[in-house]
Amino acid sequence: MIGKLNRNSTLISSLISIVLGMLVGAIAMLLSGYDPIAAYGALFGSIFGSASDMGETLRTITPLIFAGLSVALAFRTGLFNIGVEGQLVIGGLAAAFVGLKLDLPPVLHAIVALVVGTLAGAIWALIPGLLKAIRGVHEVIVCIMMNWIALFLSNYMVGKVLSNNSDSTEKIHPSASIRVDFLTDLFDGARVHLGLILAILAAIFVYVLLFKTKLGYELRAVGLNPSASEYAGMSVKRNIIISMMISGGIAGLAGAVELLGTNEYLSINASLPGTGFDGIAVALLGANTPMGVVLSSMLFGGLFNGGNNMQYVAGVPFEVIRIVFATIILFVAANIVKQVGNRKSRKKKGENAGA
Amino acid sequence: MQMKRWLGSLVAVSLVATLAVGCGGNKDKDKGTAKGDFSVGLVTDTGGLNDESFNQSANMGVQKAKNDLKVDVKAQESKKDEDYVPNLTRFAKDKRNLIWGIGFKFDKAIPEVAEKFKDSKFAIVDSNLGGKIPSNVVAVTFKDEEGSFLAGVAAGLTTKSNQVGFIGGMSSPTIKKFEAGFTAGVKQANPKATVKVVYAESFSDATKGRSLAKSLYDGGADVVYHAAGGVGKGLFDEVKSRQAGKYWAIGVDMDQSRLAPEHTLTSMVKRVDVATFEITKQAKEGTLKLGTEVNFGLKDDGVGLSKNSKISPEVMKQVEEFKQKIIKGEITVPSK
Repeated sequence: MIGKLNRNSTLISSLISIVLGMLVGAIAMLLSGYDPIAAYGALFGSIFGSASDMGETLRTITPLIFAGLSVALAFRTGLFNIGVEGQLVIGGLAAAFVGLKLDLPPVLHAIVALVVGTLAGAIWALIPGLLKAIRGVHEVIVCIMMNWIALFLSNYMVGKVLSNNSDSTEKIHPSASIRVDFLTDLFDGARVHLGLILAILAAIFVYVLLFKTKLGYELRAVGLNPSASEYAGMSVKRNIIISMMISGGIAGLAGAVELLGTNEYLSINASLPGTGFDGIAVALLGANTPMGVVLSSMLFGGLFNGGNNMQYVAGVPFEVIRIVFATIILFVAANIVKQVGNRKSRKKKGENAGA
Repeated sequence: MQMKRWLGSLVAVSLVATLAVGCGGNKDKDKGTAKGDFSVGLVTDTGGLNDESFNQSANMGVQKAKNDLKVDVKAQESKKDEDYVPNLTRFAKDKRNLIWGIGFKFDKAIPEVAEKFKDSKFAIVDSNLGGKIPSNVVAVTFKDEEGSFLAGVAAGLTTKSNQVGFIGGMSSPTIKKFEAGFTAGVKQANPKATVKVVYAESFSDATKGRSLAKSLYDGGADVVYHAAGGVGKGLFDEVKSRQAGKYWAIGVDMDQSRLAPEHTLTSMVKRVDVATFEITKQAKEGTLKLGTEVNFGLKDDGVGLSKNSKISPEVMKQVEEFKQKIIKGEITVPSK
């Protein structure tokens, strides 16, 4: 019975992976002399503790949802968009440009910045998409290169164009900000912003697109079997390009939202933000479904933000959270739970046959 | 099938959540708030507490304050730039008397949090906040160019090949100060010497640091100075593999001689620890002036060369002379 359940759904599999991941984290803590109960208590206490903690958790979740959706959508078309990172950076850069250099009335300014950020991300993803569709260049290679180009382009623009030779830009004009007073007050000053609502809308958009439209059907078909799709009269090339662009657009929007809501300025960075890579993990745990992505973002966002509090209250290094995060991914990716389940049920079948 | 999948994740997450709340009940939330009459919070940037650089040095200063002045100290590392605001907020809510943000990366977060918590005092290292310092903030800056100038003098007089190298972290104004001071020092001390400047565009990639160092030494340089955080570890790895007494490295921020004892000419020491201790002391005694910039230079021993050095006595004499000239204002060191 359990074997059957295991085989048929990611339900138990995800759950057990999460619990196992946290157990490994607890063992790591015990080995290095920390109290896991106090640590996990501090971690989860902060997620639900005060209004501002909860707000900061929601703020952490927001970019993860976007990044996860972006990766999941491309994945459905059989593409591994490891370039979410770079598309996110470019989206942020474009939004910063609009936020700093244009003078527009309040609501309109923010909308223009968001749209430009989305388009920038889409164009950034178009390049690997085109190369894949026309020349058959593997998107992973191109995406990784594009990530670095994005990072250093952004650094260059911050220093030379968006600021006067400084390490970071000024804050964007208030008219372009997507922080709103009622959310800030609701969460006791935490930096929750409209990005959260946009992220939920993006999840609904991806769901409708993938499962309720003809385009979505084609995207998924190409992902499942390109040759069969081609034979059925779909253009594989066209679908690859569209998928990459939508995926990049969502990533670009993530960058824009982070810039306009969370940071409100852009600075020179020595390394990529990492949100895009976390998005891969989010999509994996969420089984590439929009709802799954939202839920796994909640888990990881909670872990990340709670991890800081864990460090503060229980003195446990943040790296423990990375261990938990990594082991969960490892268990999900290796499908360990299902493997064990399968073996058990096969054994049983064997016994039945023998009897 | 689809439905089942996401339902699966849903159940999983909510289960963990319940489990968590269960654990959360019996935890000791006051652990973080046990403190004496004066308490200090310190938030590092993404470099962390053991960066062999200014975060570590800043922490040494407040730890000294903990021992000498009996103040309560708590430090928190930031993992992402986005963490600065919540980490500072956590200390402010904890009603800590003085809260440090270490590094120029805090130049947006400190004013933002200081605005919300008017009753707390804040201090930032390495940024003057563009001159707009809120009334409950003190900005601590260093004349990195002056210390780097002395490192340049030492390098210019020590080099046999008349070629010296500089490895920068990011090509940003903060690091350009080091480059400008160093180059000026080399030129003043030894007009024949040339300075080859390279940037790693990273503060953490030690491998890159090593390959840059290798190409500098292979290209003829025999003294290399770095201002590149973790990248600099690569410089020391490379110089260690070369002939001692011929190839030299100059460290930065802290005395880095233990990374390559035989090959470290000297280190340009930035006494962030002196600054954090001094400011913390003033805050405790109630003499701290807020809303201003406090600038530590050669004069205040805020920057300088490490005591532990392999500089020859003749060179050291000239370094001392240049130092006095800078303090007297006879030489103005360029900062960009």
